[in-house]
Amino acid sequence: MTAYARPASLTEALRLLSYGPRRLLAGGTDIYPGAGETLKGDVLDLTAIAGLRGITPLDGGLRIGACTTWSTIAEAFLPPALTALQQAALQVGGRQIQNAGTIGGNLCNASPAADGVPPLLIVNAQVELTGLEGTRRLPLADFLTGPRQTARAEDEVLTAILIPADGLTGQSQFLKLGARAYLVISIAMVAVRLTTDGDQITGAALAVGACSATARRLATVELSLIGPIRGAADRIDPAAVAAVLSPIDDIRATAAYRTEAATELLRRAVGALT
Amino acid sequence: MIAFTLNGQPVALNAPPTRRLSQMLREDAGLTGTKVGCDAGDCGACTVLVDGHALCACLIPAARVQGAQVQTVEGKSAELTRLRAAFLRHGAAQCGICTPGMLMAAAELLADNPTPTVDQATMALGGVLCRCTGYAKIIAAVCDTSDTDPQPASGPAVGQSLPRIDGAAKVAGDSFGADYAPDGALILRAIRSPHHHASFDFGDLSAFAARPGVACVLTAQDIPGRNIFGVIPPFADQPALAETHARFRGEAVALVAFEHGAEPDLTDFPIRWTPLAPQMDPELAEQPDAPLIHANRPGNRLTQGRVIKGDVTAALAASAHVVEGSIQTSFVEHAYIEPEAGAAWLDGDTLVIRACTQAPVMDRDDTAAILNLAPDRVRIIPSAVGGGFGSKLDISLQPLLGLAVLKTGRPVRMTYSRAESMASTTKRHPAMMRGRIGCDATGKITAVDFDGRFDTGAYASWGPTVANRVPVHATGPYLTPHVRATARAIHTNGPVSGAFRGFGVPQAAIWQETLYDRLAEKAGIDPLELRLRNALRDGDPSATGQILHATGIGDCLTALRPHWQRALAECTVPGRGVGIASCWYGCGNTSLPNPSTIRIGITTAGLVTLHQGATDIGQGSNTVIAQIAADGLGVPINSLHLIGPDTALTPDAGKTSASRQTYVSGRAAHAAAQSLRATILRRANAGDGATISVERSLITVTENGARRVIDLAALPTDAYGYALSAQETYDPPTSPLDENGQGTPYAVYGYGAQMVELAVDAALGTVRLLKITAAHDLGRAINPQLATGQIEGGIAQGIGLALMEEYLPGRTENLHDYLIPTTGDVPPIQSILIEVPDREGPLGAKGLGEHVLIPTAPAILNAIRHATGAIITKVPALPHRVLAAIKDVTT
Repeated sequence: MTAYARPASLTEALRLLSYGPRRLLAGGTDIYPGAGETLKGDVLDLTAIAGLRGITPLDGGLRIGACTTWSTIAEAFLPPALTALQQAALQVGGRQIQNAGTIGGNLCNASPAADGVPPLLIVNAQVELTGLEGTRRLPLADFLTGPRQTARAEDEVLTAILIPADGLTGQSQFLKLGARAYLVISIAMVAVRLTTDGDQITGAALAVGACSATARRLATVELSLIGPIRGAADRIDPAAVAAVLSPIDDIRATAAYRTEAATELLRRAVGALT
Repeated sequence: MIAFTLNGQPVALNAPPTRRLSQMLREDAGLTGTKVGCDAGDCGACTVLVDGHALCACLIPAARVQGAQVQTVEGKSAELTRLRAAFLRHGAAQCGICTPGMLMAAAELLADNPTPTVDQATMALGGVLCRCTGYAKIIAAVCDTSDTDPQPASGPAVGQSLPRIDGAAKVAGDSFGADYAPDGALILRAIRSPHHHASFDFGDLSAFAARPGVACVLTAQDIPGRNIFGVIPPFADQPALAETHARFRGEAVALVAFEHGAEPDLTDFPIRWTPLAPQMDPELAEQPDAPLIHANRPGNRLTQGRVIKGDVTAALAASAHVVEGSIQTSFVEHAYIEPEAGAAWLDGDTLVIRACTQAPVMDRDDTAAILNLAPDRVRIIPSAVGGGFGSKLDISLQPLLGLAVLKTGRPVRMTYSRAESMASTTKRHPAMMRGRIGCDATGKITAVDFDGRFDTGAYASWGPTVANRVPVHATGPYLTPHVRATARAIHTNGPVSGAFRGFGVPQAAIWQETLYDRLAEKAGIDPLELRLRNALRDGDPSATGQILHATGIGDCLTALRPHWQRALAECTVPGRGVGIASCWYGCGNTSLPNPSTIRIGITTAGLVTLHQGATDIGQGSNTVIAQIAADGLGVPINSLHLIGPDTALTPDAGKTSASRQTYVSGRAAHAAAQSLRATILRRANAGDGATISVERSLITVTENGARRVIDLAALPTDAYGYALSAQETYDPPTSPLDENGQGTPYAVYGYGAQMVELAVDAALGTVRLLKITAAHDLGRAINPQLATGQIEGGIAQGIGLALMEEYLPGRTENLHDYLIPTTGDVPPIQSILIEVPDREGPLGAKGLGEHVLIPTAPAILNAIRHATGAIITKVPALPHRVLAAIKDVTT
């Protein structure tokens, strides 16, 4: 039999989890497609916990509740460093998916093509995991351990995404490449955040998704961008991009195409910001 | 109990908490207006509003709406009322299966923004897939909800853009295959092969059948009749349930019927599979040593069609210019938003099957043979059909439902899952086509040499039709003195390839129209002018030697000429391109009988009744045939009462395929209506100019001011139960093709040409469509709005064929890996209706439904080549293929 609980508090959720593993349900947009008429197993529905929703200031940065929907993110007033996240929010499925799907669910589903990951990587996001013993924070890159794999323990809940103050400087841009306009799984996607001072780029954060087991930051390429704004996009070295990525051939594109497209998208995203 | 407010009324439902909200609404609340297309959030058909937010009801646990306001298409709101009226006015609903989802998504938008822009509506509806309309009329309706409804039209019905007769049902949430459940119906599920090729044997079936809630388990051994079906009887080869081994992934091998709510765990159904080496490559399948998929078909060749005229070799040798090329296409999925569904029950000793279908009489006959029943013991009642496009011509669940009903004596219902629908039903044939086209120094075509291999999959289905139709059409609508065209259908262990809007002609047109562009370049002639120079004209012989009449291709190309010249002039930016392609298409069966019969009667109470057996799968035959009949009889269309389709109530109007319903059934309807009119005028001793009006039980015939009255109540009823009636049959005059494919395969052809403007991103290989202009000769536009709806929808499918659709068995059995165009993928479409009347068609009308898809893909490829020089050799032209082709140009 299915046990279903939709507690109104995190404490109650954690107490239920302490009795044994349960399937954590947020927006449902990734879990329900694999279900029959009824979702089987013991389900812990997190969507009634008010503390898991919404975007609030925290230590000069921002805290995004894990159950905040894409629509809420898209419609929020956020600094330009999160423009990329808001652009991504409008490209996660269609309107119906954006109204249901949550940022935390997107991370926990851990698809290599998760639209939320590159925009969060470029703002140095951390995840907040809460268990009965307390709360721990992990850099997002450490949380995502592989395709469909995360560092969440079975008795923990991903409660928030934390954006530190140093991630909120500059301007950002997200570009997604797919074979159709809406409702499309990315062939490749990039997120870029640049901080500038006069005619100089003083900070650069670049990430690529759908081209490796988990989305990746591109440290070497980021370093190469520090310097004059002029010609920045041209400084992106395809070999340096390729060195970080490990794309696969699949139904959507070839690996070689993905690598090439990633460089092109990064150049365009940088170009759009400079 | 889950307590919430449903369409303004408080309800409390006893549903499992994690049941999908869509299921709770449909099964527990009994509101079937919310449609289920994919159960994965990929299609948006189940969109409802929860506290004002549009959500896919398939992705939400029922318990989550506790205390919430839920609104479905059954609800009432100011937005919905305006939207419904606008959808009807704009012709925004075709089959109607996506309409509830579209309405609800639009209702969310309008609540915040009563007058959205096109861009806002396009984005808001981006999460709802439609396979019929091409979205243009839906977007137009959402952006135009403030108008009041126009006055009802008066005068002749033909030629008017009347709202569809069945439109009110469509905007309310029509009743499709899955939407009727007889009381106490068992649920039926099929066990299907997970392998492309495998033998199997069963374990302890009786133990499984004894599980709680299981009513019965059925296998091929339970089939009382002939366990073989097929749409073309001499080639019938497909079992309703496979007997010892499965020839494709998704083939049904057993059935389980169970009580509603008591689904057993089917993952441990007692079956042992022994996977066998599958043959997935038609090139290898036709090698002499290849294992045979059907023992009686050497070389795995199902059949071959050919058309031979003149001396192609000599003509090409003497040509001033010759181009040679090959191109490959992929499996294409019909992707109607309604998966196969239906219910069946016994009415006395008659087996009644209500399901979605395009071919009720064929369903009846094949199902009866499988179940060993006389055909008149099977009654097929087509439900509203949520898209068909050819695949619902073949039987799917009809014999399975029937078998379970006969075994249990109980009503049974069945709904395919999206994956099951995609895996088990037919596809467009993948084609490998090659050949040459030549012309003389002035650009006159000398010869076409075409060879096509079509992957027909595991069973015959419509493979023979494709093999025969393609050679007839391979020249395109151009005068071609020398022709050698062959097409063969080769079996593989791929999915069954069958009928899909155009029966192979869209694939062949991709080959022929892209080569035409290369020939134009070689000859130094503008691509449109080359086509116009060779366009078939009245009196010209076709490749099959048929002398043609009512040839509209020249008019279509001429109509595009100013647009073409404008677009060429606008191609000043790198990456901009414009491409053109033509089509022609013979309406109805190829050289085979293809009759339709229509009955019209007036009851003693004065009800004018049209028995219309053509299934309307969204294209509009309910409306078009009624328009023709109304004018033929001389009465207002709103005085007609429609019956059917239903094999117990309507004479056979054939199948909805081959663009034949407007032409063939329309012609029969016109004949029946005229016959009834003649009877009435004769009784009134009036001439043909008289007017007829029917009021209550009196017919009043007025001629030159003189009125004569026929009292219907005083007349005896005839064999059909009418005071007066007429029934007429029309069968297109065709002749068989000889061994060289010479003869008259079709009585009527329709013509068209389309022009695509686009921009190619040369660094990413992506294609952005800017505008499509489509000129189609349909003889006579019976209903211009329905006609442009066909054009827009056909173009959307052509866009998919060209740019994104590739069905890979086992890998794309869902609507997020298999991509069809969304609202954002269809550019503005300008339709130009050309009317070159055909003497065979009703009031001159020709078919249109398939023609509209044919030119789109080659016009896109021609525009890509115009923009970049890239020659695409495999469709879909996915970004990585386009980029590779661009690189081939520069290296």
